[in-house]
Amino acid sequence: MNKNYFEIIRAGINSTFQDLGRNHLYHIGIPFSGAMDNRNYLLANKLTGNNHNHPVIEFAYQGPHLKYHGSPINIAITGDVSFEIKKGDNLIDGKCYQSFILENNDELDIISTNKSVYGYLAISATFDLKFQWSSCSTNTKANIGSNNGKKLSNNQKINIKEINQNFMNTKLNYVNTKIENIRVIKGTNFNYFSEEGKEIFFKNEFKVSKLSDRMGMRLEGKKIENIVETNIRSEGLIKGVIQVTADGFPIIMLSDHGTIGGYPKIGVVISADYDKLVQLTPGSKVKFQEVDLNSAETLFKLYDLETQSLISQI
Amino acid sequence: MIKNISNLGDAALYCDFGKEVNKETNTQVIKYFKTIKKKNILGVNNITPSYNKLIISFDLKEINFNKLKRIIDNIEITKSDNIQNKKFEIPVCCEKEFSLDIKRLEEILNLKKEKIYENFFEKEFFCYMTGFIAGMPFLGDLEKNLRAKRLDTPRVKVPKGAIGLTEQFANIYTFESPGGWNIIGNTPLNIFDNSKEKEPNLINPGDLVIFKRITKEKYQNYHE
Repeated sequence: MNKNYFEIIRAGINSTFQDLGRNHLYHIGIPFSGAMDNRNYLLANKLTGNNHNHPVIEFAYQGPHLKYHGSPINIAITGDVSFEIKKGDNLIDGKCYQSFILENNDELDIISTNKSVYGYLAISATFDLKFQWSSCSTNTKANIGSNNGKKLSNNQKINIKEINQNFMNTKLNYVNTKIENIRVIKGTNFNYFSEEGKEIFFKNEFKVSKLSDRMGMRLEGKKIENIVETNIRSEGLIKGVIQVTADGFPIIMLSDHGTIGGYPKIGVVISADYDKLVQLTPGSKVKFQEVDLNSAETLFKLYDLETQSLISQI
Repeated sequence: MIKNISNLGDAALYCDFGKEVNKETNTQVIKYFKTIKKKNILGVNNITPSYNKLIISFDLKEINFNKLKRIIDNIEITKSDNIQNKKFEIPVCCEKEFSLDIKRLEEILNLKKEKIYENFFEKEFFCYMTGFIAGMPFLGDLEKNLRAKRLDTPRVKVPKGAIGLTEQFANIYTFESPGGWNIIGNTPLNIFDNSKEKEPNLINPGDLVIFKRITKEKYQNYHE
């Protein structure tokens, strides 16, 4: 049946199928998931002629090395990524935000992301995937989503169900910029922290810890002193919430976060900054900057307009 | 009733039902949850009920805080929105290999383990909320003499089916996960079934649960 497929020579560190994620399930403990960097996810799909909720492969740091078997397809990679395409003895240096053609026996080696965490591989075809709650998005901690809820593994096959026959030659001039000031709205427990603690939060620099993944991003820095209670009654969380744990360090909830948490919330990252936040590599230095709700809404509108304008340039 | 609505970031409403954590407050939270869910408000992504809070997150492209707050402010809970409670019996085996923290609890609570079990089994618990990990029910209230703090250092892996206690609550680990609750036993019953898209959770907010003690033999033969 499946005559078109990818053979995985090397799976990469954390390669998973993702789409826009799943809604309406927080109350039973199932997080949103979905592509971490929404803008780069959308651009990858547009570059390969797909609709906006088409499954892609998300990879972190080192991506997969794939060998393609089948009829020609288009691929595109987005993010800040180094990759190569091997066509027989020919080695093509890959460029992000540009479509390439893969033919039978071509190899795609996604070597690494540069100064960023996540990259996206979209193809002008449909992966043969099992969906769960109308989404392929894979949550490896809860084993939910396509590929039995697991990340891709070596020597596995990725079957393709259907190929889009429209070949395209697409290209976009876009460079990812790195964020240094993360804009936040004060959290519901902001007053749990000492005056000094609040000042540390907004004036000091924090370093992204190695203990960061799709669930959360831990930060290291000067301790933020809690003067009320280090635990609150467990309550719902959303992505972008910054909790301060008993050790005094912030942890930011990301797309696979637990749906309920019991640490005080010092702030929430604004929606406009989320895509750039998730791309911060361990060791990056960041500062938090306060904005109010009105500004956050305006900033999101601008961010969304920019994304739409990039999409329309393809 | 909702005492106060504020914003949690730019894409969520934070509805506060007051400081008290008890069945009455939580029943109000669940009623609101069910009513709002039924309304299918455009742009609402998720509604998360907890003990005394309801968090409604939304798509900023579709709606914003002020517009959604106006809708929620005007929602009325009618009598017909009463909760239908389901009742479940959860079999639990307390053999040594499953009751990982019973010694710790004996010391903290100053109770013999048989007394701990006597105070835990055959009592009715109320499900306040589910979540943290998929399908995990937060059940209350434990008898006053069974209330202990969570472990100082959480376990990296709590086994699937583990029954944990912390403060006034009991929970069930629906799959292997990190966790810091005091583990007293294990259930062979599958509490979360992710192959079921419709109702993956066995226990939902508002449901009632009674724990029944079973022997190791019964535990091992449970699925036969």
